[in-house]
Amino acid sequence: MATHLILKKIFKTGFVSEPAPAPDLTMLTADQATHEQNQLHADILKVFGQAVTIRHVDAGSCNGCELEIHALGGPHYNIEGLGIKFAASPRHVDVLLVTGPVSRNLEVALQRTYDATPEPKWVVAMGDCAGGCGMAGAMFGENYASCGKISNVIPVDVEVPGCPPTPTALLRGILAAVSRPK
Amino acid sequence: MHIGEQDWHLNPLGTHIWRGVFEPGQLLALARGVKDAGGQLLALWGSDDRHLAGGFSVHVVLLTSQGLAWASCALDAETPSYPDLAHIFPQADRMQRAAFDLLGIRAEGAVDERKWLRHNAWSAEVFPLRKDFVAPVAGRESSLAAVDGYPFIRVEGDGVHEIPVGPIHAGTIEPGHFRFSIIGDRILRLEQRLGYTHQGVEKRFEGMDLEAGAKLAGRVSGDTHIGFAWAYSMAVETATTSVIPPRAAWLRALFLEIERIANHLGDLGYLANDVALSFGFMQFWRLKEDWLRLCAELFGHRYLFDCIVPGGVGVDLSAEGGRQLVALARRIEAETRELKAIYDEHATLQDRFANTGICKPEMAARLGLTGLPGRASAQAWDARAQFPQTPYEQLQVNMATQRKGDVLARAEVRFAEVYESLRLLREIVERLPAGAIHTPLAPVERVCEGLGWVEGWRGEVLVAVRIGADGRLDRVHPHDPSWQNWPLLEVGVLGNIVPDFPLINKSFNLSYSGQDL
Repeated sequence: MATHLILKKIFKTGFVSEPAPAPDLTMLTADQATHEQNQLHADILKVFGQAVTIRHVDAGSCNGCELEIHALGGPHYNIEGLGIKFAASPRHVDVLLVTGPVSRNLEVALQRTYDATPEPKWVVAMGDCAGGCGMAGAMFGENYASCGKISNVIPVDVEVPGCPPTPTALLRGILAAVSRPK
Repeated sequence: MHIGEQDWHLNPLGTHIWRGVFEPGQLLALARGVKDAGGQLLALWGSDDRHLAGGFSVHVVLLTSQGLAWASCALDAETPSYPDLAHIFPQADRMQRAAFDLLGIRAEGAVDERKWLRHNAWSAEVFPLRKDFVAPVAGRESSLAAVDGYPFIRVEGDGVHEIPVGPIHAGTIEPGHFRFSIIGDRILRLEQRLGYTHQGVEKRFEGMDLEAGAKLAGRVSGDTHIGFAWAYSMAVETATTSVIPPRAAWLRALFLEIERIANHLGDLGYLANDVALSFGFMQFWRLKEDWLRLCAELFGHRYLFDCIVPGGVGVDLSAEGGRQLVALARRIEAETRELKAIYDEHATLQDRFANTGICKPEMAARLGLTGLPGRASAQAWDARAQFPQTPYEQLQVNMATQRKGDVLARAEVRFAEVYESLRLLREIVERLPAGAIHTPLAPVERVCEGLGWVEGWRGEVLVAVRIGADGRLDRVHPHDPSWQNWPLLEVGVLGNIVPDFPLINKSFNLSYSGQDL
């Protein structure tokens, strides 16, 4: 009975997935954004074969950014269709997606996660706190409990601004990160 | 205020909120009186009052049949201590330990005196929320070990072993450590170690102006942005005796229901995902995404960040916007009912949900389970229904309750609350009063205080505020209901199998950052 209802609902819903946005190279932390945009997809394939695997690390966020990472997993964004997958262990990934200002209580855990990630690796700092920019970045700067932005603790390739960044902005940042060969 | 057999001297401080200052000895009698009358302790925190010609203070907020009682006790400046309340209200345990870590005020006679929010970022001899605290210049004090040592309670015996999980988890969730002691697949004991996302929020509030404070309050727990921003603003408005325009109050309620709907839709999707019905996840997250996108279009932000400001709201709703919101609400209700029929019919889902992660009503009452999981365990408290703040007294909220306290009950409460919030939302849009959406706050001339109380989607959100004579924030304590509910998760998983833990955890969906502060 449930199967019948599920199939009916799936057919009625149809496809809601949208095409992927273009990478936003302005999010790169170093000024190496020299690739033509139409060159990017080819670069991604060259670097990664067919897929990019990501490990999310909450280094002390307010959980606002996590809401948008969850949203990215929804049907509108179809990230697995783009070859992007989230994995459970840093040992299995290409990209660390880090949120939050780094709380001092997580500084060691973040460093160890970074060390456990095999080379070549890319780090995407998601949100104003993680990038130390904007209003939230200013509000959640360094103090007795916090190391401030992610690049104060580990090297960062891309900073995606926003409080929180929309799923589209995040996707553009991830694509920008992996468009840069290491 | 009459509690049990006794009259207590408490003065009104806002709607359904009372304020009193007592001796430490009286605090114990007050707490017992509230407990005996069926009330609960909701929050406990401390403050440094030495710059106000005092010592320290301990503050508690108690839930009674007549509303909230905010009681404080002045404590000695040299050896600040107060009688342990955890033997009356077990939920006070972690709050007392946090109050010691941050302020050095001790609960005399407490059984558990282990650290809670302090890991190794600062030493046991200094207290960050004291006004004379000096932050270490270059981060971590070099004398402290890099890794936190915490004395977990060990379960020993034949066949018992431990599974340590976290702080960094396998999924996209917040960081915390769970120590399972198991026999075979059954959980014998779970002990949580939280505090990993401690960002020093309460210290950051100190000296902020009132507008900036609302932005920070909204980021105590991002998924409860509206709950915290409203509670903070309510506290500031009470403190400054400012009255916001009716339209602003109604818009705040609209935002709060929008936030509740968004979070419940997401959770209903994830609950199905955790029992391998990814269809449910995709469907509910499609609905949630449609909801968030309309919010971005109408209010400029998917999660309504910074839409509430002290004195009112920062963004209005047009007549056309109202029509769009109501139209989407109707579609979401129809689709949610369709999906509910599928959840009801789905044998695997029902089998995994029912009788999993049970918190019985007696246990829930004894340990102070609150909010949404509380209502799923027969703890019938919903501030919107019983102690309504404007405009809820004009809205007749129907509270959703269940008795079984399992994952299924918590899912059922979410479904019922989605329907009720969608109904409320339509009514709010229809009856939205005309007029201004913001009023300037009355100027501050002396030290003043206020308490905000909002029924957020997880449960009651409290924000206590003290404003200094200079008009800037002196002490702010935001309280998330996750404080009380985390310990109940430890109880709810007992006897369950380890693979059901993610499901049970998700059915509570508690905030880490909201309690780590």
